[in-house]
Amino acid sequence: MSDMKSKPSKKDASLLNIDGTLYKTNLSTKFENRTIWNKPDERKLISFIPGTIIKVFVKKGQKVKMGEKVVILEAMKMQNKILISRDGVIKQVYVKEGQIIPKGELMLELV
Amino acid sequence: MPLKRKIKELYERREQVLKGGGDKAIEKQAAMGKLTARERIISLLDEESFNEYDLFVEHEARDFDMDKKTLHGDGVIIGTGAIYGAPICVFAQDFTVAGGSLGLMHSRKITKIMDHALKMRVPLIGINDSGGARIQEGVNSLAGYGEIFFRNTLNSGVIPQISVILGPCAGGAVYSPALTDFVFVVDKISKMFITGPEVIKTVLGEEISMEDLGGARVHSEITGNAHFYSKSEHECFEQIKKLITFIPWNNAQKAKAFEPKEPLSKFKIDNIVPGDPKLPYDMRNVIRAIVDDSDFFEIQEMWATNIVIGFGRIDGRTIGFVANQPLVLAGVLDVDSSDKAARFIRYCDAFNIPIVTLVDLPGYLPGVDQEHAGVIRHGAKVLYAYSEATVPKITVILRKAYGGGYIAMNSRHLRADFVFAWPGAEIAVMGPEGAANIIFRREINEAEDPEKVRAQKVKEYKDKFANPYVAAAKGYIDSVIEPAETKKLLLHAIEVSDNKAVTGPKKKHGIPPF
Repeated sequence: MSDMKSKPSKKDASLLNIDGTLYKTNLSTKFENRTIWNKPDERKLISFIPGTIIKVFVKKGQKVKMGEKVVILEAMKMQNKILISRDGVIKQVYVKEGQIIPKGELMLELV
Repeated sequence: MPLKRKIKELYERREQVLKGGGDKAIEKQAAMGKLTARERIISLLDEESFNEYDLFVEHEARDFDMDKKTLHGDGVIIGTGAIYGAPICVFAQDFTVAGGSLGLMHSRKITKIMDHALKMRVPLIGINDSGGARIQEGVNSLAGYGEIFFRNTLNSGVIPQISVILGPCAGGAVYSPALTDFVFVVDKISKMFITGPEVIKTVLGEEISMEDLGGARVHSEITGNAHFYSKSEHECFEQIKKLITFIPWNNAQKAKAFEPKEPLSKFKIDNIVPGDPKLPYDMRNVIRAIVDDSDFFEIQEMWATNIVIGFGRIDGRTIGFVANQPLVLAGVLDVDSSDKAARFIRYCDAFNIPIVTLVDLPGYLPGVDQEHAGVIRHGAKVLYAYSEATVPKITVILRKAYGGGYIAMNSRHLRADFVFAWPGAEIAVMGPEGAANIIFRREINEAEDPEKVRAQKVKEYKDKFANPYVAAAKGYIDSVIEPAETKKLLLHAIEVSDNKAVTGPKKKHGIPPF
């Protein structure tokens, strides 16, 4: 029962702000471990699913147009064509063919 | 052949089958710290009450040399028995026979006892311990699962369905427990997942143990799939038996009433809740100060702990409690706690169990993760469940009831039958700090000493609105009561609601936000 202590002790009772009022309470582990949201950087191409890089079509310094195919990421038996979402120049490619990557991995970056 | 010899033959045949997968497999089962399927049924049911059926069922598979294999009972035991005299239909998968794998005849035995439970309107308990589909039987095995899931859905809300996970329960098999009312898990024994660690490793390169992926604690603390957690199989069976005492046999009955008992004297209802609405306390002690023998049977006690749900008795009758828990996250509603409360409310409604709601919440949990996780959609489940429920619904507002949280927690507006509030209740559109900051924004900003004016305005708002009398003046609450009167009034409310009858518009079914 890591989530819950039967009594709020001085040590672990925290303050939680709801509508400007500070309540003394325990925080759940889920709340404490929640992911803090960051604005996604559109110049970074992040994997949306774990899988294997089958093909990389671009290299550093190359100009790309919005909608251009840059990578094929195989996941769940599907070859996913990854398209670039804006025009730009490739700053760096971080993955190579055959590489297995997790979800959320930076695959390439635009200048 | 004389009858005597025929009877002897029967005994011999029985003996054969009762060995299950044989001594070696039984030893292996014991080495894993697990009871056998038959031992489990015997421990769970009243002594001498179990009668087994389909002992001599055999599989009909022919491919992959299956015709040369005998699988006793086809890896599952079914039958009827009793728990504290209540009739029970039960099945238990036998891991010692082909790993409890599910083939066509195995599934037919399960669906037979499920049909029986529905027809006889008695509770169904399923003990799961299986490696999954019997691959050799191919699509027949899938058909078997499908027939079980369909019946789980058909039976849902008609008879209580209880799942006990005492071994692996993986792949499609997990959906039978997921469709049932209550899932019991045991530390180190229960394992539930859609895709196991092996698959995850090969496909995704992530390494994780079975325990960390879908062990008993994971489902009790993180996923919310399990409702009851215990350290041993025997403890688990005691929990199941206790649950059976709180619920009716079917949706046309009420739970059996017990001899009324007083709460224990150490739980004093007027000493538990601090006057300062910012201070926490354990809401479960308030429930213990109300229920018979202070016996509160909590459900999902490790998951979404900012709300508390469970059964207790008032004057011997089963009551479902839904209560905010100020001890955790100040008792806010969020994605998980909404989900937890909503499903329990629907359970109580389906099985004629009156609901007592104890309110003390500052509102909904703020945060990007909550909004993006769909707190709107999940929060709506609570409103839906309360509005839809036609069992007696009684609310006591102990302290804070702000904003959407006030509406959601079984307010008059969602057709609570009785709403009581303690004198310290604060029923308002939001907390005084937040409200004063909005209403008096300009005055505060333009003041020479904004902090002083802010404090003054907060106090003004608090004095005028942070009380139960504004809502009482409009009839939104029925009565402002002393904490010490709570039990007496709850009992009265339950008694006068005993014959409650309401009918809504005719429909096939609603579209709850799930």
